[in-house]
Amino acid sequence: MFTFNMKKAGFLLFAAWLPTTQAAEVELGQQNKSFVNNGQKVEQLKIKAGDTIRFKNYDPFFHNVFSLSDLKTFDLGSFPKGDSRTVTFDKKGAVDVECAIHPQMQLKLEVE
Amino acid sequence: MKHSNTKSRKHIGAVVAALLGVSSVFYSPFGGTGEADPYLRPDIAPAPADNQLTPDRAELGKILFFDPRLSGSNWISCTTCHNPALGWSDGLPTAIGVGMKTLHRATPTILNTAYNRIQMWDGRAPSLEEQATGPIVSPDEMNQNLDDLVKELSAIPGYKELFEKSYPGEGISKQTISKAIASFERTVVSTESPFDKWRKGDKKAVSEPVKRGFVLFEGKANCAACHQGFNFVDNGFHNIGLKKTSDAEDEGRFAHKKVKVLKGAFKTPTLRDIALTAPYMHNGVYKTLEEVVDHYNSGGENQENPDPNLKPLNLTDQEKADLVAFLKSLTGKHITMTVPQLPN
Repeated sequence: MFTFNMKKAGFLLFAAWLPTTQAAEVELGQQNKSFVNNGQKVEQLKIKAGDTIRFKNYDPFFHNVFSLSDLKTFDLGSFPKGDSRTVTFDKKGAVDVECAIHPQMQLKLEVE
Repeated sequence: MKHSNTKSRKHIGAVVAALLGVSSVFYSPFGGTGEADPYLRPDIAPAPADNQLTPDRAELGKILFFDPRLSGSNWISCTTCHNPALGWSDGLPTAIGVGMKTLHRATPTILNTAYNRIQMWDGRAPSLEEQATGPIVSPDEMNQNLDDLVKELSAIPGYKELFEKSYPGEGISKQTISKAIASFERTVVSTESPFDKWRKGDKKAVSEPVKRGFVLFEGKANCAACHQGFNFVDNGFHNIGLKKTSDAEDEGRFAHKKVKVLKGAFKTPTLRDIALTAPYMHNGVYKTLEEVVDHYNSGGENQENPDPNLKPLNLTDQEKADLVAFLKSLTGKHITMTVPQLPN
């Protein structure tokens, strides 16, 4: 019984900790005309509502980031190597993110 | 195949063989080194799964490309504007269409369009297949109704035979017409230029100005911000600050994507065989490569919505001449194109 109670207490502690988790900031690089997450090219990504994505340009020319999706419409403008722009996704749903200058750079975001 | 010129088929076969990675006396100099050096053209041009390149398909596409019966007037063919004797363009500032009407954009070359991820000056066609019928149906260009065209071609026995051979069981349709033309376009690819020979190690293939011009191209002149890799494109869209050539505003890519940076932006064109395709720019505003280099050196004349990569370059006269020398080194070996016999 004692062991069971410890487990239960541990679970309750974990459950109590969960809701306090901060919304995350995810960095997405723009590299070789692709969106890159942790060094890997990404075309689809799941994030949580409230999360922020920081788009950072690693290419030696300007990139843009925009979305014309109904859920979140934005245009972060154009920025050079080393610069970044952030956007926060508050609502759940699907968002198509692109670079206007380089249309092969496409990312399907799923906000959960 | 009595409609087909034997020499022409031989040529197409050689090009297709080369594109498929098979050694060919016509296009063999690429010899598999293309993958290692981003400045050398890959042997294989991408093609969709449902339209893999074959010699029959490319040959049919070539015949269609040369056939004026594809236009409403039966007088204008694809080659009227995409003339192989003029670098697959027309030598005009902007195209001339139906009724000798001057159109507002330049005819782009079809050279290396096989490698483009997106087609047309404003990117409105995502593939060669979708691009192929665009000018045919455009009221300003070939002014043809596709349903009528299918009927016209279906009444020509030679075409029935050629389509059946290329696309067995698919018949003559809008789709197979597009696929065949796209297949031919995939064979119109750049050939070995002095620049390519130099990249492969022949130090004497280009002059010192060319070598200096290439360093500038990648460096101080910032050309490689947009003109990248063997095809010198980024498959991207830029407003390069050109002066207007008419009162009519051309929004370019913005007409299809309402993002500010795209207002007045057009697709980066290839620089392969650039010396053969004057005048330059989407509106044909410049007659010479010297004028083009002067334009970029100034940072652009029209500052309404300039691409952020543009900036004054402060090039010396020698540097400008070196850049032009480099651009001229991108002219490949002459492509021998035999004229097909059109079927009856």
